[in-house]
Amino acid sequence: MHPLLKAVFSASFAASILRVTTPILFASLGAVVADLSGVVNIALEGMMLISALMGVIASAFTGSAWVGFLAGVASGILVGLVLGYFHLKLRTNVILAGIALNLLAAQGTVFVLYAVAHDKGVSSSLPSKVMPEVQLPIIKDIPVLGAIIGKQNILTYLSLIAVVVVYLFLYKTSFGLRLRAVGENPDAADSVGISVHKVRFIALAISGALAGMGGVHLSMGYVSWFSRNMTSGRGYIALAAKALGRNHPIGAFLASLLFGVTDALSNYMQSLRVPGEFVQMIPYVVTLVVLAVYSGRQLKWGRFSNE
Amino acid sequence: MGAQTQARATDPILLMKGITKVYPNGLVANSNVTFEVRKGEIHALVGENGAGKTTLMKVLFGLEKPDEGSIFIRGEEVKISSPNDAIRYGVGMVHQHFMLAPSLTVAENIVLGAEPRRGIWFDRRRAEQMCRELGEKYGLQVDPAARISDVPVGIRQRVEILKALMRGSDILVLDEPTAVLTPQETEELFEALKSLKEMGHTIIFISHKLREVKELSDRVTVLRSGRVIGTRNTDQVTVEETSRMMVGRDVVLRPMRPKAPAGPGEVKLLVNKLNLVRDGTHVLKDVSLQVRAGEILGVAGVEGNGQVELVEVITGLSPCDSGEVWVCRQDATGKSPGEIRDMGLSHIPQDRMIFGVASNASISENLISNRYNKAPVSNGFSLNLKAISRLSQELIGKFDIKTSSAQQAVGTLSGGNIQKVVIAREFSTGPQVIIANQPTRGIDIGATESVHKYLVEATESGTAVLLICADLNEVMSLSNRLIVMYEGQVVAYFDEVEGLTEEEIGLYMLGLKRQEPDQVTASMMGRPVE
Amino acid sequence: MSRNTWFELLRTGVAIAAALTIGFVVTSLVSESPVEAFGYFLKGPFTSIRRFGSFLEAAVPLTFTGLAVSLVFSAGQFNMGAEGQFFIGAVAATAAGVFLDLPPVIHTIVCLAAGMIAGAIGGFIPGVLKARWNASELVASLMLNYVFLKLGMYLITYHLRDPSAGALVSLPLKESSWLPQFTRTTKLHAGIFVMFLVVFLCYYFLYRTSRGYEARMTGQNLSFARYSGIPVLKVILLIQVLGGAVAGLGGAVEMLGIYRRFQWQASPGYGFDGVIIAILARNNPLLVPLAAVFLAYLRVGADVMAMYADVSAEMVSIIQAVIILLVTAEAFLAGYRHRLTLKEVKQRASAS
Repeated sequence: MHPLLKAVFSASFAASILRVTTPILFASLGAVVADLSGVVNIALEGMMLISALMGVIASAFTGSAWVGFLAGVASGILVGLVLGYFHLKLRTNVILAGIALNLLAAQGTVFVLYAVAHDKGVSSSLPSKVMPEVQLPIIKDIPVLGAIIGKQNILTYLSLIAVVVVYLFLYKTSFGLRLRAVGENPDAADSVGISVHKVRFIALAISGALAGMGGVHLSMGYVSWFSRNMTSGRGYIALAAKALGRNHPIGAFLASLLFGVTDALSNYMQSLRVPGEFVQMIPYVVTLVVLAVYSGRQLKWGRFSNE
Repeated sequence: MGAQTQARATDPILLMKGITKVYPNGLVANSNVTFEVRKGEIHALVGENGAGKTTLMKVLFGLEKPDEGSIFIRGEEVKISSPNDAIRYGVGMVHQHFMLAPSLTVAENIVLGAEPRRGIWFDRRRAEQMCRELGEKYGLQVDPAARISDVPVGIRQRVEILKALMRGSDILVLDEPTAVLTPQETEELFEALKSLKEMGHTIIFISHKLREVKELSDRVTVLRSGRVIGTRNTDQVTVEETSRMMVGRDVVLRPMRPKAPAGPGEVKLLVNKLNLVRDGTHVLKDVSLQVRAGEILGVAGVEGNGQVELVEVITGLSPCDSGEVWVCRQDATGKSPGEIRDMGLSHIPQDRMIFGVASNASISENLISNRYNKAPVSNGFSLNLKAISRLSQELIGKFDIKTSSAQQAVGTLSGGNIQKVVIAREFSTGPQVIIANQPTRGIDIGATESVHKYLVEATESGTAVLLICADLNEVMSLSNRLIVMYEGQVVAYFDEVEGLTEEEIGLYMLGLKRQEPDQVTASMMGRPVE
Repeated sequence: MSRNTWFELLRTGVAIAAALTIGFVVTSLVSESPVEAFGYFLKGPFTSIRRFGSFLEAAVPLTFTGLAVSLVFSAGQFNMGAEGQFFIGAVAATAAGVFLDLPPVIHTIVCLAAGMIAGAIGGFIPGVLKARWNASELVASLMLNYVFLKLGMYLITYHLRDPSAGALVSLPLKESSWLPQFTRTTKLHAGIFVMFLVVFLCYYFLYRTSRGYEARMTGQNLSFARYSGIPVLKVILLIQVLGGAVAGLGGAVEMLGIYRRFQWQASPGYGFDGVIIAILARNNPLLVPLAAVFLAYLRVGADVMAMYADVSAEMVSIIQAVIILLVTAEAFLAGYRHRLTLKEVKQRASAS
């Protein structure tokens, strides 16, 4: 077992943790923002998938990774607004609406890919771009830390910055105050003239933008193609991370790291020829266990929700 | 306001003309209502529950859109489609159910929607300073940095009022403001309202408490079934006349107390030294009480002093940290709601829409929820549809539930009828113990009379009733014996209710006076006092 | 028919029409001859006996998953595990069909039971997590879908694989376990009787038994159910176990009636379609087969279209998503309904 342990505690493994945490972190931040405004965003999975595809298509057709990034973010925002429209204006149950959008995304992305590039399931023929890697000047030369944090995809750094930005936004700005009030007591906000719907629309748009960044990382920073269902449930894991993180950006960050660890572990063990399927189960089983343990500690006798 | 021709003192500052509002379920809440308020007066809007008072004010405040009608403020016609518009025209509303975000502070709640900022950043210091200044100006001091969840009800109401005043409202609407206050807090509120009137504000307050209306208002408008019956000067109309206008008939508001049983009857409900800590607060402290067959034990007290928690523990909806509950000589401590019901307990919950009914389910489905696996409704496994239908028809008739069919969804009934469904279900199983928590809240006088009748009738067959009621007058007139709860403790016990005054009980309710705990327990449990 | 029911029918009809229209618009964006392509979609299932048969065949697993989801939705649980439960039920039936040696009808019954048990376990896990620890059954069941998918593929690949076959498939199931097929041209099989039986049982359970009443009231208003003495935790657990069993049974039936050899490499997607069916059928087991037939029709139509036109079959997911979104939108057409109500009230007032 020695080589396994040695590998797991190596700097390169730690670096890989940060890398795989990125999409989950983005999505969980999106989950937090939406949830604090009072809307449960189940559609994160679909948002990420659509953004992953859009990033690939846009970057392939324009030859620019950044255009792809913008396209991904924009499509995340768009899905957020659609979810908002159906839930807020037409009063669709938010969970069912999210599920509908995820279904649409899962198959719709395959449909659009085929229509655009005649690729069935994998964007093999599209010359999509990749988001650049960044090397932080002085930091990368620090002995152990440098290997972990000195050289990462720009989106990974962006995700870490996002944690801080989201925190400041929620707790230090006046719009953040309104957002939290809307989530806690929409009637109160309404009675002072705040448009609850407008605030929630914006929250969903922000949520979509963050999920979009996560999706772009999957298809343009992690690997350089789009494949069917490539999100593999990360949008749902992000929901668990949000709950574990107590609906707070910093908590979500720590929780996402935890899930990132299991994801990285799963990837690494696959390369060791442990039966692939078994190892692939790890992140999902861990999520299940964490969910159970965490929810159990939250449970107050007789005061549970029906979410 | 600009140069204008001198307005006459009696020019209406607010005129609502021809307002009609119909809800999606067909309920006509307001029908061609014309309502006029003069500047600088205190104008009361009265009516039974369901008369349309709250709807009318919601229309004024932009929370509901009228189907017909127009609103004039200071002589100009205005379109109010949201609270923002109403606030802009100087209308501020203090709602019956406070519109506050619990985890935010007093200052944050007050400035919400008009937050002082430095760029995009929220200027907390300025917000707190503004609150302090506001409190000083109007004599309604509050601590700006305190969290709403930590602050008592009377202070929360102040925050609501300050919210309205901060936005420059000179027309203040208060919806049932004294529903949650003690007699003393009510006095303080009235002082504040009178001084606001002197500063030139106009006040509309909705109430069904006619004595308060008499004391505070200049004029009163009566609504019944969505229509205006009349507007009078308060000093020219008696309480009886007003009440007649509200109900359309002479109502004798003298509920009858059950005949006190001859000797001490069997103890059907016994609660011994209950303690409960929730979220760090000691919500029940050594609470003991007992209720005997054929009597009503009343629990007086301002809402939020442990009554809800007491009921939750007794009925099995919440555990307790220590203590015991005995129902009909069986240990009910920590048992499930189903097991406790099987011991012979029925429960009329405080929030009927949340606990008492499933509003999208039919009346029949709601009527069987406490006997769905017992004969004749079921053989333990399958439901007997014919028996259910028969039972439903029987109960609808017996309890006078106004409906066209037992299949009608409960949510479409009026408040009074919904409560009748709850009572029909809970009373018809021949319970030994009934826990009645605010049983007449939010229902009209006619239905209230019926509820009182059913409660007293139940005692005639030996049922013990625990009645929790925030309306002091009501609980005093129905109870054989009375306890007062304050901050989770039983602070007073009265063996005899006849001859007590509301003022005296009010002192206990506010914690200004308290009996010795040992004396309380001993005399209630019938033990000799040391 | 009550005003409410009539209105719901109208809404559903309009939603479906709107969804089909949007589907047509998308088709025209993608196809050279959209009218022809959409024509294949709409008429496809009726163009041959075999196609018509396959459309009825597809309705069978969809009915099972639709029932499974209707059961859990009735109790207010958002358990999305039908997908994984169906899959693992099929795997369990495959194992029983491959390894056991039993006389004909008994073998079938044992395989079906294996599927039910596997599915029941799949429903049990999110159920117990919710009942004991209030963990979100939504996230738990979704995670479990992935777990069952991987677990199932592992079992097929390493323990049930047919070494002599070219592709990754399981050993063939013994003939004694099969559900017989009726005709030579279609694959309609005796599982359809099982299906009808289960439809009836689910309906009876939900609407005619005390436990079913408990489940429905729990779904209507959890606080009310608790207050009334309903043991909600037990109910939540039971309904998810039952839902899982039904979904697992569906997987087993599909294996024994149609495939007789495990061939899937990815999840066939019947579970998520079950959600759409439950929504269309308003969680009423008697309406589930109708909704399942409709969805099967869409599926087969899409396949025919993909075969003869230049539009890929996934287009159907757009239609399905729009249907869900519109049917569950309470405010959809509510304005129209309000105006109707207003008119009615005015008529009543002027008459009196």
